[in-house]
Amino acid sequence: MSAATVGTAGQAKVVSQRTGDEQVDALPHRAWVEQIMSMPISVHVRGERAHDDVVAAAVADLFDDLRAVEARFSPFLPDSEVCRVQRGELDLADAHPQVREVERLCHTALERTDGWFDAWHSRADGLWDPTGLTKTWGVALAATRLDRVPGLGYAIGAGGDILLRPAPDGRPWQIGIEDPRDRSTVLATVPVVDGAVATSGTAARGTHIRDPFSGEQVNEVVSATVVGPSLIWADVFATAAVARGASAVDWVSTLHGTSGLLVLADGTVHRWANPV
Amino acid sequence: MRRIVIAIASTITGLVLLFSWPTSLNRTPATAAGAGTTGTGTTTGSTSSSGGGTTTTTPSAQPATATYTGASAQTRYGGVTVQITVTDGKITDAQATEYPRGSRQDQQINAYAIPRLNAEAVQAGSAQIQMISGATFTSYGYIQSLQDAIDQAGL
Repeated sequence: MSAATVGTAGQAKVVSQRTGDEQVDALPHRAWVEQIMSMPISVHVRGERAHDDVVAAAVADLFDDLRAVEARFSPFLPDSEVCRVQRGELDLADAHPQVREVERLCHTALERTDGWFDAWHSRADGLWDPTGLTKTWGVALAATRLDRVPGLGYAIGAGGDILLRPAPDGRPWQIGIEDPRDRSTVLATVPVVDGAVATSGTAARGTHIRDPFSGEQVNEVVSATVVGPSLIWADVFATAAVARGASAVDWVSTLHGTSGLLVLADGTVHRWANPV
Repeated sequence: MRRIVIAIASTITGLVLLFSWPTSLNRTPATAAGAGTTGTGTTTGSTSSSGGGTTTTTPSAQPATATYTGASAQTRYGGVTVQITVTDGKITDAQATEYPRGSRQDQQINAYAIPRLNAEAVQAGSAQIQMISGATFTSYGYIQSLQDAIDQAGL
């Protein structure tokens, strides 16, 4: 459906063009990876058209969309709209509609997590910082580029958060959940046909989630993985679970239509699966 | 020794009875009645060796596992029935036993599987895994990450 012309594969590094192991997978498979927003973005596609130029063009558009999100939202680029809002140079009412949309999402996230996902208290200086939400919001937005290619299943991994759509055969994607205590091993696996998997924690960058009420760094939950229908909300809930600390064990039972696991600082692994 | 065992047993009995007080929405009236008669059991903390008579039938002292099947719920896409397994008051599994199949929307409203723990460590790239979820990778950390291995393997 996309009218994109041929040959715009962009700078995307083609990692794999293997047509798939016939014994394992009858459908062609192709993968790309690029570094955007200081993290690797992996795109895997499955489907009869996996090697078509239209798919490569759609993936290039997806990466372009993410670069545009980075330019607009990065807290590290002084010219980004988020930085200008933080410095008081740009009024939210005059900001780009995407920035206002994300700001409204931050309010919704605050309510849905009883204050534990707080974009206004995530940093010591108390400035509004939507970074915890913009990454997955941007991926969900950019992924619509691939929705326009009929019959294409895809998996987009963005720094450990994953969005999944099924190929026509409906075969589930197998997702590994990293062991936060030994990042070279997989702690658990979960099959997902259609949905999202998000993990938050203290493993990759040291402790970087704060208790929004006390301002203290949190450490009771080493990592929280949430599986659910929405990438953005899986991410928000995973972050809120880490911020809550040990009481997250009870809280996750209220997240209808999700499953997941928590790794606590004492080594306990808590798993759940809630009906819709 | 025997007195200690009895004391502990009576303490546990008292605790169980205390927690089965009607505030916990326990629907079995027999339990509530039992708690009423031995209301003096509230002095559980003290090691009161209240004789051997306190061997009242302890209702559900050990963790119980049970499965529950919900009524079929009608959605825009068809009926959905979910069966849950409850162990010790907590949901430990959930399976959709009836759900609409076909379109993407149908699949989205299914319950998600509980993550399955690995008995042994799975080394990078060795399993049939397409994506790795973990706490935010930096570009630097990615070099060592499992996702990188999987991308390289083209799995």
